[in-house]
Amino acid sequence: MIFNNPHHKYILGLIMLLLGPLVWAKTWTICPTCEHSSIKETIQQANAHDTLLIQKGTYREFEILVDRPLVIKGIDYPIIDGEKKGEIFRVQSDGVTLDGLFIINVGVSYTKDNAAIRVIRSKNFLIQNMVLEQLFFGIYLEKSSHGKVYHNRIIGEAVDEYNSGNGIQLWYSSDVEVSKNHVQGTRDGIYLEFSDQITITDNVSRDNLRYGLHFMFSDHDVYTHNTFENNGAGVAVMFSKFITMKKNTFRKNWGTAAYGMLLKEINDAEISENTFEENTIGINIEGSNRIKYTDNDFVGNGWAIRVIGACYTNSFKGNNFLYNSFDISYNSKLNDNVFEGNFWSSYTGYDLDKDGTGDVPYRPVKLFSYVVNRTPETIVLLRSLFMDIIDFSERVSPVFTPDNLKDAQPLMKIRS
Amino acid sequence: MLKILKYSFYDLIRSRWSYVYFLFYLALGFVLLFLNNDVSKAVITLMNVIIVLIPLIGTIFGVMYYYNSREFTELLLAQPIKRSSIFMGQYFGVAGSLTMSLVLGLGIPFLLYGLLRSNAIFDFSLLLVTGAFLTFIFVGLSFVIAISNENKIKGFGYAVLLWLFLAVVYDGLFLMSLIIFEEYPLDTFSLVATALNPIDLSRILILLKLDISALLGYTGAIFRKFFGTDLGFLVSMAILFLWTLLPILSLRYKAKRKDF
Repeated sequence: MIFNNPHHKYILGLIMLLLGPLVWAKTWTICPTCEHSSIKETIQQANAHDTLLIQKGTYREFEILVDRPLVIKGIDYPIIDGEKKGEIFRVQSDGVTLDGLFIINVGVSYTKDNAAIRVIRSKNFLIQNMVLEQLFFGIYLEKSSHGKVYHNRIIGEAVDEYNSGNGIQLWYSSDVEVSKNHVQGTRDGIYLEFSDQITITDNVSRDNLRYGLHFMFSDHDVYTHNTFENNGAGVAVMFSKFITMKKNTFRKNWGTAAYGMLLKEINDAEISENTFEENTIGINIEGSNRIKYTDNDFVGNGWAIRVIGACYTNSFKGNNFLYNSFDISYNSKLNDNVFEGNFWSSYTGYDLDKDGTGDVPYRPVKLFSYVVNRTPETIVLLRSLFMDIIDFSERVSPVFTPDNLKDAQPLMKIRS
Repeated sequence: MLKILKYSFYDLIRSRWSYVYFLFYLALGFVLLFLNNDVSKAVITLMNVIIVLIPLIGTIFGVMYYYNSREFTELLLAQPIKRSSIFMGQYFGVAGSLTMSLVLGLGIPFLLYGLLRSNAIFDFSLLLVTGAFLTFIFVGLSFVIAISNENKIKGFGYAVLLWLFLAVVYDGLFLMSLIIFEEYPLDTFSLVATALNPIDLSRILILLKLDISALLGYTGAIFRKFFGTDLGFLVSMAILFLWTLLPILSLRYKAKRKDF
């Protein structure tokens, strides 16, 4: 007999245990004309691990508390209209899935950070295929971990910084995956504060008021394959350690304080294979040490890299600097950073020994960039013959620019 | 006037100088594209050539042509022809043939290298338009200088000095004054000072397309308005046009009153 074997009993018990939630889980259908027409009430009646299917329609509800592990799934994007009264979903349980809802009209408040979806102290959540519009904060993760924010579309209409919120905000969260989201028109597209081990991939963050992506005090995070375009000030990475930034695209961040990427107090990061295209400043670096910049493309930026101060032991290797108005700008005479084996489109040297690197070192800092730092109006003299003559004489015998700031082995051919 | 224009034009076309000028640009275009193989980078290099060389060549050519054709001019003056049409005809003949050399000389290599398929076409045509404007301006200025100076050496000297001043010295003075007065708000001043020099003005016009990201880096409401919108483009074009009219009008004025 099968039950005589004690091991088999355990296995059966295990199967029962695994199947349990499936077997007893109930599916609730919610629609405006059904028996269950309110999401809030249905959640209160449901048991853990039940599924709520929300049919197409408009539901005028807000402050919906999800306090048990449920799967809440929309069919054909039902509209949840918060009527600008407050927060809409509040998740306070592990294992909640939110899928396919269209949430609009989050209440704007000056005292509370109302969000379309707020997740508090929860684990193993999944938020996917949501569309959020007319929002204050979009998805707000608070002290939560091991979740996934996947393929959501967040469209804000932010006008002023003081009365708008962030698209996706992570606060004291860890081990969260944020991928394939599209965020636009919010204050910060994606904002991380005190959040570690976060992976951010394949997102598009554009036309945001302030930063496309914003890090504060968040360590060991990775962001790859994202696109940041036309944000008020680009991407800011501040006061964080061990961040990996790979294969991202930073485009068209134009303005007086706009950067492709702004680094402030960043240590031990790795920045590679990114593309910086047509930004006023490609990367603005301040107080950042031991960062490796490899294989990035800087194309047509005003300043490809602007070093403000206190940056030590950084290395720039194998990058392409193409047609930037200024390749590198420094404001001090000290240099502790290494430039090696980059391609500079304005390099005019030669390669007689045919080893692929130029025989004359390239000096990426122009004297003119010092002049512009001092008197910004002089930018109107960019590319004038007089400036070229002065830059040339400075290049021949450096007086104002750091003597050792040079690429001794500039590539002759563009790195492909 | 048209007859004289035609005569001057064909005269120049037949002369070696037009061909040399044309071949120079042709060679320049081919070499640039051959070395870079990238239309957009070649456009940047060309800009440097255009804002420096075109004024120089326009100035020297204009002065040279005026002095060389002086006897012919006197012969024409003896005929019952309006004075203004003689000088205008000569002026447009010289400026027109120079512009044609420029447009053909640079246009042919770029067309062959696939300009039409590249999105640099707008930058390139802007470059040519600016080049044409500069030719007209500097030929006009040199005619004015030549007509006011009987002495050839003096006339040449003044013309080259004018070029040197506008191409290099002006920017030096401009930079000095910006640095000396850096404590003051300078954005209006710097824009006005740019507009007062046709070379700087054409440079800015091209920069608006090439380096707009850098130009937007400066905090200043007037700068922002000027560079951030189409206003800058329209205003610079209009002022460049005024700059072209200025030497033409003063040439007419001088020609009417001059006693030969």
